[in-house]
Amino acid sequence: MDLGPFLLLASLEGLVQAAVLSLSALGLCLVFGVLRVVNVAHGEFYMLGAVIAWLVSNTLIGHPLSGFLLALLVAPLFVGVIAFLTDRMILHKINHSPEATIVVTIGMLYVIQQSVLIGFGPDARTIEPPFYFHINFPWFGYSGYKLSVILMAAVLLLMVWYVISRTRLGLVMRATQLDREMAQVLGIPVGWVFGLVFASGAMLAALGSILIAPIRQVHYLMGLDPLLMSFIVVIIGGLGSIRGALMAALLIGMSDGIISMFFSPTLAKMFSTLLVALVLIFKPEGLFGQRQS
Amino acid sequence: MINNPSNRSVTLHISACLFLFLFSFILSDYHQLIITRIMILSIFALGYNVLFGYAGLLSLGHALFFACGFYAAGLPIYHLGWEVPFAFLFAIAISAVVATLIGAIALRTHGVAFMIVTLMFSQVAYLTTLHFSDITGGDEGLVLPEHARSFEIIGVQFDLTSPQTRYYIALGLLSVSVLAVYRWVNGGLGREWVAVRENESRTRMLGYNTFLIKLKAMIISGTLSGGAGAAYALMFAYIGSTFASIQYSIDALLYTLLGGAGTVLGPILGSFIMFYLIDFFSEYTTAYLLATGVILILLMLFFPLGVLGTLKKKWFHWIP
Repeated sequence: MDLGPFLLLASLEGLVQAAVLSLSALGLCLVFGVLRVVNVAHGEFYMLGAVIAWLVSNTLIGHPLSGFLLALLVAPLFVGVIAFLTDRMILHKINHSPEATIVVTIGMLYVIQQSVLIGFGPDARTIEPPFYFHINFPWFGYSGYKLSVILMAAVLLLMVWYVISRTRLGLVMRATQLDREMAQVLGIPVGWVFGLVFASGAMLAALGSILIAPIRQVHYLMGLDPLLMSFIVVIIGGLGSIRGALMAALLIGMSDGIISMFFSPTLAKMFSTLLVALVLIFKPEGLFGQRQS
Repeated sequence: MINNPSNRSVTLHISACLFLFLFSFILSDYHQLIITRIMILSIFALGYNVLFGYAGLLSLGHALFFACGFYAAGLPIYHLGWEVPFAFLFAIAISAVVATLIGAIALRTHGVAFMIVTLMFSQVAYLTTLHFSDITGGDEGLVLPEHARSFEIIGVQFDLTSPQTRYYIALGLLSVSVLAVYRWVNGGLGREWVAVRENESRTRMLGYNTFLIKLKAMIISGTLSGGAGAAYALMFAYIGSTFASIQYSIDALLYTLLGGAGTVLGPILGSFIMFYLIDFFSEYTTAYLLATGVILILLMLFFPLGVLGTLKKKWFHWIP
């Protein structure tokens, strides 16, 4: 294959990567923006989404598409409920203190991961793609499902944008983000908003993992990589800046996909982390963030 | 003399070391081996505590420093046939350099970003050990050769295959580290760390260079952790990537929190409790990480000060 088509293939892989990454990074960013805490268990919610999707699509007999659609509905809801309970029962009790939350969510990481290991087993499983068709480029065939992942992620991102900027719920969220005490005074149930935002963050991660599950494998350790990648994206984008996170997801996803194709995935990870170090040295507030006092 | 608070706490620390020494006479081989490991990892936790407990910087990447000492001691012995004491000193020096570099970059960030950055740096170090597996042995690791199992200092022969010798070396290193950390945290530097922990902007306003104070904490912390890593590699004659994984960073945090952050002996107590808890759990289940997770959550919910921290607050205010 010539360099041109090879580059096209690598960019397509990068776009798929970026699509899923932007979903999970957006979740992390949303939680950080509103609650001011980092959720280290984010990757485990990602993993949980894929595992439940596997359970749903495997128990359902029939066309893979129906199983997939049901999983796309059930799995994020289940993950959302767990995240909501985590927030109300644990994070609320420690007043969402940043340090304590990190330690607690590390605890959650182990609890979820090991519970899945006990219940689901250490084997990697595969989910049947909901449909098969190949799009034939002049140089290579490409899976239609992968292209649809990019499309679905874009639709989901648009939906999130709509909710945040055009609905009452989004208005309440933004008010809480700006000044939580003032929001409380104005009668916004801040505790519930926190729970809801934490749950939506986890659900976004779960959605991302369900989309990519038919391409990759489902495994109880699959959460670590997306967690670190989301961290990278959120830092480069500027902590808490949604627009920054999306741009950074595109940048990191694409470069990761391309470097992985040409060299090796390990090298791609090293490159992203080096990029973070550079951003922190020259622009500590992130590429698209505002400087904090 | 015993009523003077500072004398009382010195007595406590010396008697803790003495207790571990006397203990060695009645221990079975199995427990002697476990406690040797605990003591080495205690040094790691002790180093972690300098940064987290005193300077108030929560690092999620201390496995990086542990692994740095670990490989800087093990690799020259394996590939170049260095002598043990030389490799040990070399590892400590390298750890100090790496801690300075990482500190200079990571300390530009604050709060949450600092945690994430340290986590990522350590992940890169882990990936590096996997990537260059033809040098480091990767996941399978390397077993150090025969000549590294004993060494000689000023005519005295040390045999690293004897559990007794290993126990005393570990104890010696731990005692030196405890006394050194005790001196630091009770001196001017320790007060500066606590000042930064409690209110960084006020400390800066009073004319202190807070970046430099934090960098010093980072260097001391990283060097202690690296020393622990080097000692671990040399004593058990094995180096492998597992020791660079996130798991070890979390372990240091867990030991410190459990025993009590901001107390000198807390991390040591924490590692003893955790090791024996895991020992106890592993008779029933293989998923001891589940226990780790549950303990972390319960600690933060009910005992955020840890064992020694709670004791200190309630009864023994003089524990440093």
